[in-house]
Amino acid sequence: MNSDQNKLPCSYFTDNKPLLLENGTSIDELTVAYESYGKLNKDKSNAIIICHALSGDQFVASKNPLTDKDGWWARMVGSGKPIDTDKYFVICANVLGGCLGSTGPTSINPKTGEEYGLNFPVITISDMVNAQLRLIQYLEIEKLLSVIGGSMGGMQVLEWAASYPDKILSAIPIATSSRHTAQNIAFHELGRQAIMADPDWHGGNYIKAGSNPTKGLSIARMTAHVTYLSEASLTKKFGRRLQDKEEISFGFDADFQIESYLRHQGLTFVDRFDANSYLYITRAMDYFDLEKTHKKSLTEIYSKTNIKFLITSFTGDWLYPPSENLMIVRALSAGGADVSFVNINSDKGHDAFLLEEPEFDDAMRGFINSVSLEANI
Amino acid sequence: MVNNRTDLELITSLVDKEARILDVGCGNGELLKSLKNKKNVKGQGLELKQERVNKCVAKGLSAIQGNADSDLSLYPDQSFDCVILSQTIQATNNPKNILIELIRIGKKAIISIPNFGYWKVRLGFATHGKMPITEKLSNNWYDTPNIHLCSILDFVDLCRELNIKIEKTIVLNSNNTKSFNGAPNSWSNFFGEEAIFLIKN
Repeated sequence: MNSDQNKLPCSYFTDNKPLLLENGTSIDELTVAYESYGKLNKDKSNAIIICHALSGDQFVASKNPLTDKDGWWARMVGSGKPIDTDKYFVICANVLGGCLGSTGPTSINPKTGEEYGLNFPVITISDMVNAQLRLIQYLEIEKLLSVIGGSMGGMQVLEWAASYPDKILSAIPIATSSRHTAQNIAFHELGRQAIMADPDWHGGNYIKAGSNPTKGLSIARMTAHVTYLSEASLTKKFGRRLQDKEEISFGFDADFQIESYLRHQGLTFVDRFDANSYLYITRAMDYFDLEKTHKKSLTEIYSKTNIKFLITSFTGDWLYPPSENLMIVRALSAGGADVSFVNINSDKGHDAFLLEEPEFDDAMRGFINSVSLEANI
Repeated sequence: MVNNRTDLELITSLVDKEARILDVGCGNGELLKSLKNKKNVKGQGLELKQERVNKCVAKGLSAIQGNADSDLSLYPDQSFDCVILSQTIQATNNPKNILIELIRIGKKAIISIPNFGYWKVRLGFATHGKMPITEKLSNNWYDTPNIHLCSILDFVDLCRELNIKIEKTIVLNSNNTKSFNGAPNSWSNFFGEEAIFLIKN
């Protein structure tokens, strides 16, 4: 997906200065694929970075050229939206390890001239943030007005705030956690095992073998997708309704609408995602543990920070539940940080942060406005 | 009845410019907003009801959901210039402990209370022999959130017991407001419908 002839239409930044990774190795030729919206003002003070989630990409507010669908957060980011591109310069980069243009397992390893595959180093959330930092430096932005992201994007936000407190004015981690729990890791392991059990995976060398582990990847996606929803939303949307039939078939076809829906989710995912990227990115999330990485308690990590925080959780999110988010809020309060916390009443599960939640929009708009007022924008 | 706005303005007048403030029981953020506009404070709100917190944040105010009884212990010593508890202490489980916490986390604290020694309250109980209902204390005994009501003198006694210094008191009713340097006199306990105390350790 990364070869030049398939290059997706977006901006690219390349850097030949090696990017040192948390595991001790380095990426010698770094490419960051990104999209930007709005205009950077004269004193470069209106820049916002949006960090995408596991299956997200840089096309946050513009049409995704692979799927031809609207950007994944077009309802939040755009002209007149809570993250207003008439006012702010909004950047969203494909994460390190991703498969939509940034350096990842499908990129060419300069040492071998072949795709990295499983020779790609195991990256972490902080490596992703360091790649974004390179982009920001290239764009000559000293200080970001805000760093915003949900789920894995929220982990990047927390990491930005922990490692580069002087480079950001505000942080909006949404529906996230300061470390992956056993349950989070468990679901990721299911996905990875599904991919690696697919004979088309070829020990990770499927590109060379001319195949693609689409079965495994789509099962991984189906499993993960269930964790993004809730029992209430599944019942509301599908119940026990049957798909294009009046009676059950006494077989293993997709009798139920939910089965058909999940199969569709799995099938469409493989067209826009790389299986090895999925392994690497889920691993980065599993390894995420702010306190362990920074060798300090959460409170110590953020004590005396000047960053203004808005933490958001959703009541129906059981993947990154309100309690996980509240833990961050408590640590921030204990450290004397300026923190706001909204818990949005929603039965839509983890995905609620991407969906229509007017109360959430109001909180985002109010918070970002107050930050930009304080920054005289 | 004492106008809510008067209460708000009087509390605002007691706060220093650009102070770091914690408003415990901040509601929809009315006081925080007034403090931000008039005194340019760095304000934080703590509020029990999540819907109210969401409203504060939508107004651009910093607020988190939390409980005065259990969550004040989160904050480090002297982390605020001033902690405000407006018309809330009577609804908490452990007012004594809260008073201690307010003084621990704030260099100063402002506390406003409805006065149970107010003559209308006394008259109501004396004439009817029933739990008094006034404009300020408008709930029935069985549905009131006010589980620890006190009079101005009761509050002064508690401060004395805890060695808390009352710097200033403003006593108000619908007709007038009266300021005292230190604790108020016992007349206030009769004529005051409400009192605002500025206290410190």
